[in-house]
Amino acid sequence: MNIVVCVKQVPDTATERKLRSDDSTLDRSANGVINELCEYAVEDALKLKEAYGGEVTVLTMGPDQATDAIRKALAMGADKAVHLSDEALHGSDALSTSYALSQALKKIGFDVVILGSESTDARTGMLAAMLAERLGVPQLTLASKIEVDGSAISIHRQTDYGYDKVEATLPAVVSVVEKPDPFKPRYPSFKGIMAAKKKPIEKLGIADAEIDPAQIGLAAAWSVVSDFTTAPPRGKGVVVNDEGDGGTKAAEFLVSKKFI
Amino acid sequence: MAEILVLVEQIDGEIKKVTLELLTLARSLGEPSAVWAGPGYSETAKARLSEYGAEKIYVADSADIADYLVAPKAELLASLVGSRSPAAVLVASTTEGKEVAGRLAIKTDSGVITDAVGVAEGFVAEQPIFGGGVIVHSKVAKGTPIIALRPNSTQPVATAGAGTEEKVDVALTDAARAARVVERVKEKSSSRPELTEAAIVVSGGRGVGADFSIIEQLADSLGAAVGASRAVTDSGWYPHEFQVGQTGKTVAPQLYIAAGISGAIQHRAGMQTAKTIVVVNKDAQAPIWEIADFGVVGDLHKVVPQLIDEITKRK
Repeated sequence: MNIVVCVKQVPDTATERKLRSDDSTLDRSANGVINELCEYAVEDALKLKEAYGGEVTVLTMGPDQATDAIRKALAMGADKAVHLSDEALHGSDALSTSYALSQALKKIGFDVVILGSESTDARTGMLAAMLAERLGVPQLTLASKIEVDGSAISIHRQTDYGYDKVEATLPAVVSVVEKPDPFKPRYPSFKGIMAAKKKPIEKLGIADAEIDPAQIGLAAAWSVVSDFTTAPPRGKGVVVNDEGDGGTKAAEFLVSKKFI
Repeated sequence: MAEILVLVEQIDGEIKKVTLELLTLARSLGEPSAVWAGPGYSETAKARLSEYGAEKIYVADSADIADYLVAPKAELLASLVGSRSPAAVLVASTTEGKEVAGRLAIKTDSGVITDAVGVAEGFVAEQPIFGGGVIVHSKVAKGTPIIALRPNSTQPVATAGAGTEEKVDVALTDAARAARVVERVKEKSSSRPELTEAAIVVSGGRGVGADFSIIEQLADSLGAAVGASRAVTDSGWYPHEFQVGQTGKTVAPQLYIAAGISGAIQHRAGMQTAKTIVVVNKDAQAPIWEIADFGVVGDLHKVVPQLIDEITKRK
């Protein structure tokens, strides 16, 4: 099975995240890490390979420093990587990003594309659905469980009430949600980290992937930021120590705010 | 006035509150038309949508729309965008709503904005990003503005609309029938409100322990939804669909009660835009205190039962 896992490098949530003052795009100078849910996507890709054979290719779109996210995925056990990187991609919105990635995916070829269900920076949660739309393949999103049987694939799609079982035929686009132990992403072993240094990373420019420059970058964006401001900090609250009456005091507060 | 399409969110024919919020907002921007996608349409549904201002109701109630994942709804909306040329399309910024919005944007070559909490004249959307740390105003530059709005961002206000029904038949393409829902499994059925829609959310963290009944009881005494921190869903103490935080749900209720939650950035990113935040935690140094409006430093296993008693007494 030809499995492609899309990963994204995002600013570490523990650092202060900002937009750039010049063009209102994401400030990528902060410490970059692999997006958390992408690690789950890598884990699920590796599990599929272990169960059904095949190869896992990591695909990322982003500037040079996104190589760190690629190395992490390779260290976890992916076989090779494709890094879609081009100055012209800077400022691409979800529509442009889905277009550029779909072009790269057409070039790489795939039976399954796996993604995290959303990134911690943009959090649009749309990319997997958009890729399915652009590639004309089934959308199997928010998966907490993936099963493959020949060319049939089914998932448990997380819902507000439990899950929906959804079936389709390969090739397909799958997005995954966070899962409890023992389904957490594996840690790269020392051997894995050493091996990752020798695994191939193919650089892909926009011409290589036959990406139309008019459809990408800041100039092509389908929506524009008019302004942004830092949200005011929350005011200091009232804190009481429980001296046997903490619950009563909390109730009094709720009454004062008319919640009870 | 310009027509604004509002995609109705419903479960088994019951309209979700966010739809009434979207209709209320749509009225400030133009003439709302509700779009019903899937089975379950009824006179009750019609009355509800009209009550909140729907001038028109497009009804596409074929079972196929619900039986196949997301794509049919995007096709339905795309066909309406093509034939009615609305000024904008509003959907709920839920996981599915955003997926519909994304596919619709590609089909109609239109811009899309997600996680908006307001839309002003000229379809300028307001979005809190980075967990609420930065407020962005943005506008769709191409095509028909498609805006996904977070639940609880508008107060629903009833104002009668004509509610003129129009049956819509969509011939779904094969591509829209690619992912079939074969079974819906209800794991946690309860009478509690849906997490992202609830006016009050009671969340528990590691400090609660594996037995979550104390959190459920407090939630029930307030008519609230139950949430959980990642420590809890990671341990399998409570299902992941109840996780509030960066890798779970974003909530913005009137009241958020955090019990036994330390308040790591990951959690705060999913709840710090709540109107009022109440904390119960024995660690006075926990980061959650930075955003608390009111809090009790103490053992939640003592404080919460007392709180439940007090609430029950005052009812």
